[in-house]
Amino acid sequence: MPNNQQQEQSQASGSSPWQSVKNDWGADKQAFDMPWGKLMMWIFLLSDTFIFSIFLISYMNVRMSVTVPWPNPSEVFALTIAGHHIPLVLIAIMTFILITSSGTMAMAVNYAYQGNKKKAVYLMVTTALLGASFIGMQAFEWTKLIVEEGIRPWENPMGANQFGAAFFMITGFHGLHVSAGVIYLGMIAKRISQGKYDNKGYQIVEITGLYWHFVDLVWVFIFAFFYLW
Amino acid sequence: MTEMENIAIADQVDHSSHPNTFLTKYVWSQDHKVIAIQYSITAIAVGLIALVLSGIMRLQLGFPNEFSFIDPSSYLQFVTMHGMIMVIYLLTALLLGGFGNYLIPLMIGARDMVFPYLNMLSYWTYLLSVLVLISSFFVSGGPTGAGWTLYPPQAILSGTPGADAGILLMLISLAIFIVAFTMGGLNYVSTILQARAKGMTLMRMPLTIWGIFVATILGLLAFPALLVSAIMMIFDKVVGTSFFMPAILSLGETLDHSGGSPILFQHLFWFFGHPEVYIVALPAFGMVSDVIAVHARKNIFGYRMMVWAIVAIGGLSFVVWAHHMYVSGMNPYFGFFFATTTLIIAIPTALKVYNWLLTLWRGNIHLTVPMLFAIGFIFTFTHGGLTGLMLGNVVIDLPLSDTFFVVAHFHMVMGVSPVMVLFAAIYHWFPLLTGRFLNNTLGKFHFWGTFLGTYAIYLPMHYLGFLGVPRRYFAMGETDFIPESAQTLNAGITVSAIIVGLVQLVFIANLIWSSFKGKKSGRNPWQATSLEWQTAQFPPGHGNWGKHVPQVHRWAYDFSVPQVIDDFIPQNVSPAEVEYLSSEQNNSREEK
Repeated sequence: MPNNQQQEQSQASGSSPWQSVKNDWGADKQAFDMPWGKLMMWIFLLSDTFIFSIFLISYMNVRMSVTVPWPNPSEVFALTIAGHHIPLVLIAIMTFILITSSGTMAMAVNYAYQGNKKKAVYLMVTTALLGASFIGMQAFEWTKLIVEEGIRPWENPMGANQFGAAFFMITGFHGLHVSAGVIYLGMIAKRISQGKYDNKGYQIVEITGLYWHFVDLVWVFIFAFFYLW
Repeated sequence: MTEMENIAIADQVDHSSHPNTFLTKYVWSQDHKVIAIQYSITAIAVGLIALVLSGIMRLQLGFPNEFSFIDPSSYLQFVTMHGMIMVIYLLTALLLGGFGNYLIPLMIGARDMVFPYLNMLSYWTYLLSVLVLISSFFVSGGPTGAGWTLYPPQAILSGTPGADAGILLMLISLAIFIVAFTMGGLNYVSTILQARAKGMTLMRMPLTIWGIFVATILGLLAFPALLVSAIMMIFDKVVGTSFFMPAILSLGETLDHSGGSPILFQHLFWFFGHPEVYIVALPAFGMVSDVIAVHARKNIFGYRMMVWAIVAIGGLSFVVWAHHMYVSGMNPYFGFFFATTTLIIAIPTALKVYNWLLTLWRGNIHLTVPMLFAIGFIFTFTHGGLTGLMLGNVVIDLPLSDTFFVVAHFHMVMGVSPVMVLFAAIYHWFPLLTGRFLNNTLGKFHFWGTFLGTYAIYLPMHYLGFLGVPRRYFAMGETDFIPESAQTLNAGITVSAIIVGLVQLVFIANLIWSSFKGKKSGRNPWQATSLEWQTAQFPPGHGNWGKHVPQVHRWAYDFSVPQVIDDFIPQNVSPAEVEYLSSEQNNSREEK
């Protein structure tokens, strides 16, 4: 079979999805019709998925192994606004902002491919600003937990110590990802406005978008497993 | 999207920007071949340190109380550093950072890795991780002595050597290594998937590339577990969290920790640790397949099955990890599950061993030094694999746990075997790097010394394990169940180990001497078919292919092709270019 000369000409366009998978993996030169950077970002995100999954699984494991009761998240993360005690309100706003930023990111990708450089840059900057406001609110949330509630990574007046440890570690690691994303978006937006991608094409916006959507998706899981459980 | 858009600097035909200063050529080089050599030299250097450490351990075990510079603490530190350096900083770095870097672009017909700058960063980050690791020898308290598995709670509690600074430096060094590996690994996978030459389909790639490819994917998915557990243990140590720390009473005092799960660390560690075995083994499988095929002048038996076996082993390696934890306390059904998957993984592995043997069968075997090491590998790997089958069963594992039987098993299967392949590969590809052969006589001496010597070390260890001699003990002291002859055996093992260590010095001397004075090899001295030997310039220069990237017309195993003038057809020779024997020549050959 490896001597089969027919393979070299087998570029027939597939009709069924299975045929196109076969064509991709049976092809020479490249397995996927995408730029190198985009594939590399996908593989990196796959690896990063494992990092976050293991963080979350470890957190669940620790949560099950502790002997002291776990604090009730909807109480811990409640805010009293204008005399009303509203559980999880800050997190709801943060989640809303992050998901909105995914929307603006998707629009940026769309405009970039249409060749509308200006709008793409504006939308990327908007995305970055939404991300920055997310980090700001996270800083507020951390401050409230540390200063008002007295929660530390090593102690927790409201219950299991591991609550603080896992919370600060996982949201901190995610926050670092968001911060890196904000910087990344800003850098790429600047380079686009300088015209550095005019000849190469604007796939870079989609690559940046992949990272950003991934960070948002991870947040959804953290939200579900940490705040809602 | 047209193809042109995807061509990055590394693959452009006009290669006008060759580096020309010493610094850009050899130090801050982005050429995958230079980076590979940098990786290899660093890995071998740090590996020599680990080799010396193992020698010191053996001195203590063979001749207890003779050497005053080895005390129980330093013994544990040597065990730990020996294990960690060998597994991660030598084998992983040399096989993927060294051989992966060198061979991937050359074997698939690319001009370089897809992101050369990232590739360069990968090496310098790796060097940083090595320096951090080595620095732990010089801090107060010394390096960690927790064993290479770094199990908490003992790894970070006082009483364990190096529990202050040593363990932290170890964890930080591992985290840096993982960053370095990720930068390199993303490059390897992307290059193999996206930057192959025209005609180079996945199923025409040499098995070396398949092994490196799957191993790199394993690394990208398994190292996250180690990274996360390193981060959590750093928090436990520095911040005082209790991820892995249960409530502990130490020297009559209650520690500040409570509620953590030490077993969690074991799961995370082995979720990384078992794929790590195959991160080391799969590139070795691939390279040995190519060495055997070339030196037996025969196509590899069952190429497709060999590829699928590599993929299957890679997949299965993620569902066997808890066979390292039979004695940790698990639900018995888990033991049943993990024993079953462990035994299933023997099927594709055995398939590979059979295929190597069937490749040799009726081959035109040239007993060159690379071939000797390759055949030696089949022996050591089969022996290590068979004891692995024994240890994979829960009932056999329980009494043998933490004895020298386990030490013998994993040294045969993931210590000696990959190292045999590394030697085979170094002797095989050395002419490609330098245009010279390694000295043959010294090579044969090196092979027999290493092959027989490692057997002299590890075969008796199996027996010690059956006797119940525990591993990681500084000294045995008085025991009823272990006969005195065990100590004599230990002394014998130590003598063998010292000899094997000295034989490696011959190899290092051979490397250095042959680099400058070795016999000139000429182009393609082994008459191999794969692309790396078919470069325009020999040894290959920057950009690898000169003006034209090669076009591939066939798989990598067209050896002993009937009626062809040379008995092999390189991958880049088109059917029209193949030169056939005239009928007279053909008749005269058949008469012979």
